[in-house]
Order: sequence, then structure tokens, then C-alpha cells
Amino acid sequence: MPDHDSLVRIKDLSFSYDERPVLDGINMEIPRGKVVAIMGGSGCGKTTLLRLIGGQLKPTRGDVLVDGRAVNRMGHEELYALRRRMGMLFQFGALFTDISVFENVAYQMREHTDLPEELIRDLTLLKLNAVGLRGAHARMPGELSGGQARRVALARSIALDPMLMMYDEPFTGLDPISLGVIGQLIRKLNDALGATSIMVTHDIHESLQIVDYIYFMSAGRVVAQGTPDEIRASTDPFVHQFVNAEADGPVPFHYPAPPYGEELLRGAAHG
Amino acid sequence: MASRMLDLVAALGHRLNEKLIRLGFATRFFFMLLVYSGQSFTRLHLTIREIYFSGVLSLLIILVSGLFVGLVLGLQGYETLQRYGSSDALGVLVALSLTRELGPVVAGLLFASRAGSSVTAEIGLMKATEQLTAMDMMAVNPIARVVAPRFWGGVIAMPLLAAMFSAMGVFGGYLIGVVFIGVDEGAFWSQMQSSVDFREDIVNGVIKSFVFGVAVSLIAVFEGYDSAPTAEGVSRAITRTVVTSALAILALDFVLTSFMFRGV
Repeated sequence: MPDHDSLVRIKDLSFSYDERPVLDGINMEIPRGKVVAIMGGSGCGKTTLLRLIGGQLKPTRGDVLVDGRAVNRMGHEELYALRRRMGMLFQFGALFTDISVFENVAYQMREHTDLPEELIRDLTLLKLNAVGLRGAHARMPGELSGGQARRVALARSIALDPMLMMYDEPFTGLDPISLGVIGQLIRKLNDALGATSIMVTHDIHESLQIVDYIYFMSAGRVVAQGTPDEIRASTDPFVHQFVNAEADGPVPFHYPAPPYGEELLRGAAHG
Repeated sequence: MASRMLDLVAALGHRLNEKLIRLGFATRFFFMLLVYSGQSFTRLHLTIREIYFSGVLSLLIILVSGLFVGLVLGLQGYETLQRYGSSDALGVLVALSLTRELGPVVAGLLFASRAGSSVTAEIGLMKATEQLTAMDMMAVNPIARVVAPRFWGGVIAMPLLAAMFSAMGVFGGYLIGVVFIGVDEGAFWSQMQSSVDFREDIVNGVIKSFVFGVAVSLIAVFEGYDSAPTAEGVSRAITRTVVTSALAILALDFVLTSFMFRGV
């Protein structure tokens, strides 16, 4: 994306896990104030990419620059200082199950600020109100539905008004209503907070409605990119397969294996 | 034949290597734990909460077991001592057995299976449900916030539990020996008082229970933190906590005993 004011800049990023390459030479630009989706099939390395941006993993090559500084070269203190300005929504919420909804949202305020209790209360209820769950503040996470838990987790991740929001598969396992609600919240919160959002997902139809730009990944590489309109009009075979949910195409249906006939014959020989 | 032998040696070496790497990781983990222990004491309520979970909630099993161990000691001790006409020494026998050995060791074993296993399960499940990762992403160090308070909670709770186990055991011995069998009450208590040495017996017992507390708590938090983030991984970690703790307690007990009582 030709934009000079990028909050996140990924340069020639490669990552291997136990010598198995997961990401291979990724280049991306995430402009300030935008919502960008990173899409691709399961296991293409999107979640790994998110973890590299958050500094949980170190790349084997290349750099991840957030706000102009390389995350992968930061020390512990500097990384934690940066993370206070990042929010992350985990796939299944990752709420702390031993404390209430209210305490989950108030958690970072208590850990990182010296705000008086009344202010923490007001801010927490404000965040919960933004996701429509102010009335559930006294509940325990175990008492919430999947969609509600995701919304509480969203309220928790925006507790300190982050400059960068990261969403790991925010739509997985939600009913159509909750899915729409989460999608709208991601867009609205991004614009209201003046934040920048990166969303890793494989839900193409929901994403096309709310994001500004899309990167497609396959087998650890960026294979296509564009605005939602460009993606809809794309003739790229990979994008076409993905948008139309076709079983076979550039992304093969089968896990790599020797020819089936050969394998059957080998079984017969052993038998 | 030679190649099979070679394979065997290679497999053995591989397993040894794995164990060594894990031991190295555990040592590094222990140092990290000590480095990030500050919060456990500056925010004391975190640690007190864990003392409650590890200590107070283990009280029932510790007290009941202590009582029964004391009852059995009373019966067995009386049966043996009266053969030599020295049943007056029952109090000494019960008290020394408990403060020196049974108190720390049995309380340690019970503590490992009651509190150690639940600490491992809790940390393991927090890891499996990404709560630890979420905490780390919120710039809150999970070792400082989750692991260290649980470790120190266990370390503080364990000697107290062992002391209560011993006290309850002495009471059990008294119940059987004096109340039921009719050993002379004065002899029971006065012989105990004159023969049990504070430094040699009580303090050594406390040292043992403290060392067991460190060992069990460290094993419990490490196994939880290092568990594979799946249902199977957590259940294996809990099993390892109980088994490794039991072995560690018994082995450490031998080492400590041989140092403590070598002059006797």
C-alpha cells in the first residue's frame, strides 16, 4: 500500500519454527487509522505474524517496525512499554476466569495506572457500555456466551485506549448476529479511538464490509493484496478461490502426499 | 547387530539430552522466578490469596491425616514399648517420629497431591486458554503476577501445615496412649518435654518442611508453566507434579536426615 505514514511496517520478514519455514519474506504496510485484514487459510502463518508484531516471537530474518521502532530488537522493558499501547483480542477471548467481568476490564488500569478507584469504575463501565455489556459487569466469565465473552475481551483490550489493536480470528465460532456485532464494533472502536487495527481472519464476507485493505497470505507469503473493491473484482486465481470458497485451486485440497495409487499398492504389498 | 546397538545408544543419548535441556530450562525458570518475586511481597495480597488456597484449604486433609497417623503411632508404639516395659516413653516416640520425620514427609506428600496438583492444573489451564499470553501482551509479567505468588504461597504454607500435622499427631498419640490405653499422663508429657530438643528435633523438622515446601512449590509451578497447552498436556503435567514431588521429598529427606543427625 503506497502510504508513507504507516504505524506498522513489516520488512522482508521470515520466521521458522523448528527449521520449518512458516513465514517467508513478508512485506506489509499498515497505515495509521486504518483497519487492515490479513487473510488466508488455516495454517498459513497469519497468527504467527500477529505474534511477531506483538513481539512474542522473534523473526529469523527481517524487521517488524511499530511506530518506527523495531519490535524484534527491543529489550524487555521497552517491549512492555510498547505493549501498554497495544491491545490484542485473542481467538477465544482469553478472559481471566478467576475474576469478574468488571475486574477483567479494570485489570490493566489497576496494573499500569494509579487512577483512583472511582475513576477506574467509571472508565470500566464506559468500556463495557461501548460493547453493550455494562449490565453484565458483575458476572463471571464462565457465565457468558461465546459472543459475550469476546465482547468483554474486546472491552478489556481497549481499556488503555491503545494506538494499535490486533484481532486474532475475531469471528471464529460466533452466530451471525454476534459476528455482525463484533465486526461493527471493530470498525467503530477503531475510528472512535483513532487507533489502527490489524485483523487476522478467514471470514472474507464480514471483512470485506469493514476493512480498508486486505492482504492475502498463503504458505507463508503474501500472494495478493488490495482494497475490498479491488478484491471483489480480482481475477487472481487464489483470491477467486478464497472469495468463492472453492475446495480446490491454488490452495490444494490435499495435504502433500505420495500418489494415492502408489500408497494403496504399498499397503497391499505389506498385507 | 552393531547398528542396533548404536541406535540404542543414540536413543539413550537423545533422551538424556532432552532431560538435561529440561533441567536447564527449570533452573533458568527458578532464577527468573526469584528475580520477579518482588511483587509477591510488595503486593502482599497476591501471596496471601495463594497461602489461603494452598494452606488453609489443605488444612482439613492435613489435620485429619495427622490425627490418624498419631493414632496409629500410639497403638504401634505402645505395643512395641510395653514389651520392654517402657510404655512411659510413648510420648517421646510419638513426638520424635512426628517432628523429625513423619510430620514434614507425610505433610509434604499430602501437600503435593492436594495443593501442588491444583497449582499445576491452574497454571496449565491458564496457559492452555491463552490467559498467560494475554497477560504478557498486556505488559504484565506472568511469572511475577501468577507464578511467583503461588510459589511463595506454597513455601510459606508448607512448614505451617507440617507443624499442624505434627501437633495433631501428638494429640492422636495422646488420645490412644493416655485416654484409651491408660499410659500415665504425667510421664507421657514430661518425658516428651525432656527428650525432645528444640534445636535438634523441632528446628530440623521445620527446616525439612521448608525445603520440601520449596521443592514441591517449584515443581508444581514449573510443571504448570511448562505443560503442553492441551487437555492431555495439563493432565500429564499434574501427574508429573505429584510423582516428581513425592520422589523429591523422599530423596531430599534422606539427604537432609543424613546431614542433620550424623552426630547421633
